[in-house]
Amino acid sequence: MLNKTPLWKTLLVIFVITIGALYASPNLYGEDPAVQVSGLRGVEVDASTLDQIKSQLDENNIETMSVALEDGQVLARFKDTENQLKARDLLDDTYGRDYSVALNLTPATPDWLAAVGGTPMKLGLDLSGGVSFLMEVNMKEAVNKAQTGLVGDFRSELRGEKIRYRSVKADGDAVKVIFRNVEDIEKAEDFLSKQNRDLLFTIDEDALTLKATMTEQKQKEIREYALQQNITIIRNRVNELGVAEPLVQRQGQKHIVIELPGVQDTAKAKEILNATATIEFRMVDSDNDISNALDGRVPASSQLLYERNGTPVLLKKRIMLTGDHIVDANSGFDEYSRPQVNITLDSPGGSKFSNATKDNIGKPMATVFIEYKGTDRKDAEGNMIFEKVEEVISVATIQARLGKSFRITGAGSQQEAHNLALLLRAGALIAPIQIVEERTVGPSLGAENIKLGFQAIVGGFALVFIFMMIYYRAFGVVANLALGANLIMIVGVMSMIPGATLTLPGMAGIVLTVGMAVDANVLIFERIREELRSGKSVQQSIHQGYDAAFSTILDANITTLIAAFILFAVGTGPIKGFAVTLSIGIITSMFTAIVGTRTVVNAVWGGKRLDKLSI
Amino acid sequence: MQILKLNETVAFMRIRKPAMILSIIVMLAAIASLATNKLNFGLDFTGGVKVEVGFEQAADLKKMREVLDANGFDDAVVQLFGTSRDVVIRMGERPNVKAEMLGNEILDILKEGMGVNVEMRRIEFVGASVGGELTEQGGLAMLTALICILVYVAFRFEWRFAVGSVFALFHDVLLTLGLFSVLQIEFDLTVLAAILAVIGYSLNDTIVVSDRIRENFRKVREGGPEEIINISLTQTLSRTFITSITTLLVLAALFFKGGALIHGFATALLFGVFVGTYSSIYIASSVALAFGISKEDLIPEVIEKEGADQEEMMP
Repeated sequence: MLNKTPLWKTLLVIFVITIGALYASPNLYGEDPAVQVSGLRGVEVDASTLDQIKSQLDENNIETMSVALEDGQVLARFKDTENQLKARDLLDDTYGRDYSVALNLTPATPDWLAAVGGTPMKLGLDLSGGVSFLMEVNMKEAVNKAQTGLVGDFRSELRGEKIRYRSVKADGDAVKVIFRNVEDIEKAEDFLSKQNRDLLFTIDEDALTLKATMTEQKQKEIREYALQQNITIIRNRVNELGVAEPLVQRQGQKHIVIELPGVQDTAKAKEILNATATIEFRMVDSDNDISNALDGRVPASSQLLYERNGTPVLLKKRIMLTGDHIVDANSGFDEYSRPQVNITLDSPGGSKFSNATKDNIGKPMATVFIEYKGTDRKDAEGNMIFEKVEEVISVATIQARLGKSFRITGAGSQQEAHNLALLLRAGALIAPIQIVEERTVGPSLGAENIKLGFQAIVGGFALVFIFMMIYYRAFGVVANLALGANLIMIVGVMSMIPGATLTLPGMAGIVLTVGMAVDANVLIFERIREELRSGKSVQQSIHQGYDAAFSTILDANITTLIAAFILFAVGTGPIKGFAVTLSIGIITSMFTAIVGTRTVVNAVWGGKRLDKLSI
Repeated sequence: MQILKLNETVAFMRIRKPAMILSIIVMLAAIASLATNKLNFGLDFTGGVKVEVGFEQAADLKKMREVLDANGFDDAVVQLFGTSRDVVIRMGERPNVKAEMLGNEILDILKEGMGVNVEMRRIEFVGASVGGELTEQGGLAMLTALICILVYVAFRFEWRFAVGSVFALFHDVLLTLGLFSVLQIEFDLTVLAAILAVIGYSLNDTIVVSDRIRENFRKVREGGPEEIINISLTQTLSRTFITSITTLLVLAALFFKGGALIHGFATALLFGVFVGTYSSIYIASSVALAFGISKEDLIPEVIEKEGADQEEMMP
């Protein structure tokens, strides 16, 4: 019999739409104000932190809906924002030093929905309010710095090998060494090329010069490293900001995107992102008694600092070396598989350090991390006051005279060694970064954008609904059902895909899909009308209509998809949001407008003897 | 219900020459406007700083300008945005101020100088280098889209249709750009997105028409290419109308309800849908006809299956 849908297909349609509706439903529940506490720099949140926070909130009579450990952070939910703010202030006082305490809105998705992975759609910054930055890494500077390093390396390497040279200097993107005679050039080339396998050496015997250029591969490595290092540092700084769900992500070859939802004070955020951190190596003052210093009698040449765990350390004021000489630092294991941090210095740093350490073998040396942190206080002119925070991050005994590369052992756990290496690198930015783009949306504008977008969707929907019902009567109702199902599917799929965010242009994309999704039905219905006019039977016409329209719909939608994909590839932020909703809308509309309506049409009209059709 | 009752075939192609001339004239006008008026590029492309502030009462623009003048921001452009309570301030980068701090500075000056509550709604800062890159990327995106579509249509249909549809797309994009140039509406990223959506929509239309032409070339035994194109256009006219109406309806909702931020987007699409409908009839089809599309190019009637069209293209 013509126009009968097999049972499995009907069930499939019902199943798919139900799944869509299920995952769309978390959007119906609102959000609870919450405070989240997460560890900074390797400090972990555990069950004991949770208990402490719970009892502290109870003691201060702050009403909570729930306090729980979720994904390595403590999340406390509140009934209202008043309690939320009180709790934030309280927790920030207690935990602000080692933990990030941030305000957040957590979805109030019921447990059974959350258990199957249901979450509401992520809102873009233009809807939720907040700030997004695009930072650019100065890659020229990164390569320059490496080149300057090479100049120093060549000098000391040649001197070490007792090869005489006239000069070593940077020349364009190469390093040029001028010699006194040809013999030395060959000796130098022989030696240097063994030391530096990632360089290309060319000899010009007439000019008595040896030229070393970095291979493309090497330059790429430098750039890649500079980008990665900056991302690591920025992640650290962003964590200090106390923002719930921040995003730090690379974009292309030299850009980093930072999204900070809910942040209002962009001036503070910028200061912190642009802040500088440095490292200093200083000797521990073991000549004086630390208990005297703790009583307030600190010798004039020394300074009292603290380790993160609160242990006081008395340090000499003289700085042996600053962090800008650090070329690289990474964590690994020593021969007894104990964690260690390997540090590489540049040439001038190496000789400075070697001089400074030769008389101090056997004595303890401290590494100090200095950071300028923005505070909430402002000075008379309204500028933010920066606090210089000095912290001893490691104390180690000098075992031998240290040179260009050395290691720090006894850093504790592997995680601690990793963090130490990270901090050491943070003290030595290879390439400066700069904010090249900022987009800040205030909370009121965000809320207004949601309202406007929602109104546009409802308005567009209503108009199309009415039109279709008048124009195609019963079949119009079927098309409207499909349209409604399509909207649910779009929202459902958007909620399911973790990377998809809803933006204002994205909402416009939904509106547009509403208009275009009916096109499939219009094509089918017009075709059915044509077949009816040409005298075919009702069942024949329905069958032919769907069949003939199918390939047209497919072609038309695939080409639109091509445009959407290109938009996705080149677009950023809100535009990407538009591309995402448009693509999802096209795909779901094909399902609802073709398979969905066919199922309904077949169920209502299929397989019966009919003389007329309400179309 | 039916809006169009067509029993006779409409001779669309009879006026294809005048229509073509009209199209060329309008396109030349668009080019002329683009060359002289240029596009009013938004912040996304030019770089600079934009601050949107909200007031509780109608904004006092004169006072705002005075306050900004007094603080050395005499080059700032101050305009109402959407409502009388929203104001947008736009300016370029300046040498001795860190560009990324400019927005905050303006906000502070206004908060201090205006004497009323000033609410920060939006700060945008785009570095000049980023803007330049974006212009390049945007152009590239448009070009890539056109080429990909050309390849797809050539693969699915026939090269004459592909050339016709790309001509039509070029026509739509050019006219939309021309409109933005003539009216000097700000051209920002969302408008670029809208233009790509116009490409998608216009193509949708062109494909539907081409599909029917191909079908009729295979099915209708008598009549020359022009006659068959006319038949196909008449058959699809009803659908073209209805889809355009529904799309225009939702776009009208977007235009009137979507707020000031989405205005440019809605304008580009409203106009694009309009010219897109025209171009699928008078550009795409008549270009294919001008290139000499004939029955022989499409005749091998095989039952629809994957790859059937591919073979036709091969010599």
